[in-house]
Amino acid sequence: MFKIIHAQFIAPGIKRFVLEAPRIARKQKAGQFVILRIYEEGERIPVTIENSDPERGTISIVVQSAGKTTHLLNSLNTGDQILDVVGPLGKPSEIEKLGTVVVVGGGVGTAMAYPSAAAFKRAGNRVISIVGARTKELVILEQELRGVSDALMITTDDGSYADKGFVTDKLRQLIQNGTRIDLVLAIGPIVMMRAVAELTRKENIRTVVSLNPVMIDGTGMCGGCRVLIDNKSEFACVDGPEFDAHKVNFEVLVQRNGMYRDAEQKSLADYQLAQQAHSTRNEEHCAIAQRSER
Amino acid sequence: MSPVAKKSVNPLSPKERIKVPRQLMPEQPADERNKNFTEVNLGYSPELARQEALRCLECAKPTCTDNCPVGVKVKEFVELIVVGDFLGAAAKIREDNVLPAVTGRVCPQEDHCEGKCLLSKKVKPLGIGYLERFVADYELRMGTHVIPDIAPTGKKVAIVGSGPSGLTVAGDLIQKGHKVRVFEALHELGGVLIYGIPEFRLPKQIIREQLDYMREMGVEFETDVVVGRTITIDELMQEEGYDAVYIGTGAGLPQFMGIPGEHFNGVYSANEFLTRINLMKAYKFPTYDEPMVELHGKDVAVIGGGNTALDAIRSALRLGARKAYVIYRRSDAEMPARAEEVHHARQEGIDFQMLTAPTEFLSDGKGWLTAARCVRMELGEPDASGRRRPTPIKGSEFDLPLSVAIMAIGTTANPIVQSTTPGLGTDKRGYIQADSETQRTTRPGVFAGGDIVTGAATVILAMGAGRRAASSIHDYLTNGQW
Ligand SMILES: Cc1cc2nc3c(=O)[nH]c(=O)nc-3n(C[C@H](O)[C@H](O)[C@H](O)COP(=O)(O)OP(=O)(O)OC[C@H]3O[C@@H](n4cnc5c(N)ncnc54)[C@H](O)[C@@H]3O)c2cc1C
Ligand SMILES: Cc1cc2nc3c(=O)[nH]c(=O)nc-3n(C[C@H](O)[C@H](O)[C@H](O)COP(=O)(O)OP(=O)(O)OC[C@H]3O[C@@H](n4cnc5c(N)ncnc54)[C@H](O)[C@@H]3O)c2cc1C
Ligand code: SF4
Ligand code: SF4
Ligand code: FES
Repeated sequence: MFKIIHAQFIAPGIKRFVLEAPRIARKQKAGQFVILRIYEEGERIPVTIENSDPERGTISIVVQSAGKTTHLLNSLNTGDQILDVVGPLGKPSEIEKLGTVVVVGGGVGTAMAYPSAAAFKRAGNRVISIVGARTKELVILEQELRGVSDALMITTDDGSYADKGFVTDKLRQLIQNGTRIDLVLAIGPIVMMRAVAELTRKENIRTVVSLNPVMIDGTGMCGGCRVLIDNKSEFACVDGPEFDAHKVNFEVLVQRNGMYRDAEQKSLADYQLAQQAHSTRNEEHCAIAQRSER
Repeated sequence: MSPVAKKSVNPLSPKERIKVPRQLMPEQPADERNKNFTEVNLGYSPELARQEALRCLECAKPTCTDNCPVGVKVKEFVELIVVGDFLGAAAKIREDNVLPAVTGRVCPQEDHCEGKCLLSKKVKPLGIGYLERFVADYELRMGTHVIPDIAPTGKKVAIVGSGPSGLTVAGDLIQKGHKVRVFEALHELGGVLIYGIPEFRLPKQIIREQLDYMREMGVEFETDVVVGRTITIDELMQEEGYDAVYIGTGAGLPQFMGIPGEHFNGVYSANEFLTRINLMKAYKFPTYDEPMVELHGKDVAVIGGGNTALDAIRSALRLGARKAYVIYRRSDAEMPARAEEVHHARQEGIDFQMLTAPTEFLSDGKGWLTAARCVRMELGEPDASGRRRPTPIKGSEFDLPLSVAIMAIGTTANPIVQSTTPGLGTDKRGYIQADSETQRTTRPGVFAGGDIVTGAATVILAMGAGRRAASSIHDYLTNGQW
């Protein structure tokens, strides 16, 4: 059992948890993730470690409600327990002093990119962060990223906050302005990562993406997380999750992530129906209440 | 032991014993069991067990025991069955084998004890596995096991991996008074016994009872720890004060063939397929959250001919597959699976496509598997493994329509511990080097055994390694010499 020390929505449907996990906190490096299972009948899902505090023995994660498991997770509160948390898994980000590093985060990917941005900064790089979100409320970790970036650019799809557009617009501008970029790290929805990869491929800019295939064990045992890199199968949980963006077959990733779509939708629908029936607490209300407090 | 042969408790003469037929194992009818996950074999009754036990010739030089990797004293436990002392028989087996309810069910007896039973020269060998299973189950049902009272030595041993190998080491060392803690990467204990071998061959309740017994004896278990990631071997020894470490991490990594189309939706590794079913209970979706592809009315094939392959395809059949094929590139004689499983699978209606191999997977253009392009093989000269090498027959290609294909063509070494433990020697294939008698690795205080040393093998070989390791760990902890 792993105790939730603190839980708070940071945007509608996006919640940050601080978990008691002393062994993991001691070992975590930027780019690594945990796999968790909430309760006995639950599935195992991977979530990036946003931050860790070895002293206090805690890690933090940021979770966006997608299907049943993440909805259920986001209904948990301070003091609740999570049955299993295992990690840190995956290879850490390769952090070196390169010069200028552009960190691109899309949606909840911003929280996944943040630890690497901080690590690149600590390693002495100039860090330019580009954050994209659908709309104003979904812009997360703005303050945290500002703290570790030499420059921070924000885009929203609907223009409700900062600049209207996509992260790739900002990246293109940087390239057009002649900014020397030594590395791009992009984490977010697959379409975003693919768009970034296409853009930087033409410019020959080294680009790394963090892939999110379906996982089970996270130790290389099942092979379910295999991704096609340079036309060869690699296991994202042990060989990744970060890969050279220009070698990733994104089409196969999209195809494989859709494998259980029907079952997932049924799970979520059943869950939401049950929630409506009971209607114990309403997450959206909590989120709105928190937003108006700010 | 007295040099004079003591009088046999068996009332039958050797001639009469040979005339008693091998007692059949009662089993669920094939056309019922291929739709459920309940155990196929139902087990001997006490009468059947006694009848079977009477067949043993009580050989002066029991070749059965010589051919059991842990040296179970077959003749002696069988004698105890003859006199009706079933608990005594169980205790006798336990002197050499801590998991008799498991080995009685899953050992490839034809390659070990039964393969060399003297009876098999004339008639069918003694049903040693069936008898072992009978007494172990009897003991479990009676719920009598003694918790030995042992003086603590003050030494601490960490065991990495809770498969049969690690559990054997834990069971042996706790009885020597050492403090033992088992670290397991997954959320459930038992290794392949839990996530690999399905319920219909090895009920999970048996493993749970064994684990409870070990807990009662004082073994500590910690799940959700990936040694090498969550904590390293060096940290266990230097920071957490373990005096010795045993590595039993198994040969976990699934291999793929590297043929086109292996990434299509519907192509699984056997590990993933079986893990979804056994560990995550995907077959109980939506009660359990883990999904898997719908198998009802679908055509499914497994590629491979080992126990893993048969477990996967028989599971698929139980989940409603319309056609269930085994695609194996060699012939019957070379199939590595246990003889009983092949027999059961045939009875259940599995279609064996022997001397056949896939060369490519085909899809519907949207990424979903629709067929395997296969080629027929013929056997040529023996290869490095001594088995005749299969070679494709020109022009024999055909397409087998499939919705799901399961790859069960073998595994490779799990590298996480090796890559994070400086100075730990490995062989060419990445398996850990360990002395075949002491199970010592190249790192003082660190021992290893089971599949992570030998490559994918069997439960009883993994347990045999565990047994040798426990004894040499005890020596090391007692005299401090490496
Ligand atoms: C290395 C890695 C790090 C991740 N980090 C984060 C993070 O920090 N925050 C966050 O909110 N999300 C993260 N994710 C994604 C997260 O794991 C999925 O959103 C979650 O599994 C969805 O589960 P669900 O039941 O809520 O949704 P479902 O309805 O099951 O699925 C929704 C989507 O999530 C994907 N998905 C489903 N099951 C899994 C699974 N077992 N493993 C991976 N993806 C799955 C599916 O492709 C599907 O499109 C990460 C994924 C990976 C692989
Ligand atoms: C489907 C299937 C069917 C089989 N059928 C038979 C059969 O009928 N008869 C037979 O004799 N043999 C059979 N085998 C083979 C047999 O199961 C194995 O040889 C045996 O389990 C090996 O035991 P082990 O203890 O070495 O490893 P495993 O059983 O593989 O256990 C290793 C354990 O270590 C854990 N682990 C791995 N890495 C780490 C880490 N870094 N930190 C912590 N824990 C870790 C794993 O999660 C696992 O629980 C079968 C195998 C499979 C896959
Ligand atoms: S442990 Fe296995 S090989 Fe040994 S006697 Fe028992 S069934 Fe036979
Ligand atoms: S070899 Fe067969 S007959 Fe002889 S003692 Fe062993 S089990 Fe009995
Ligand atoms: S999640 Fe099973 S191998 Fe990566």
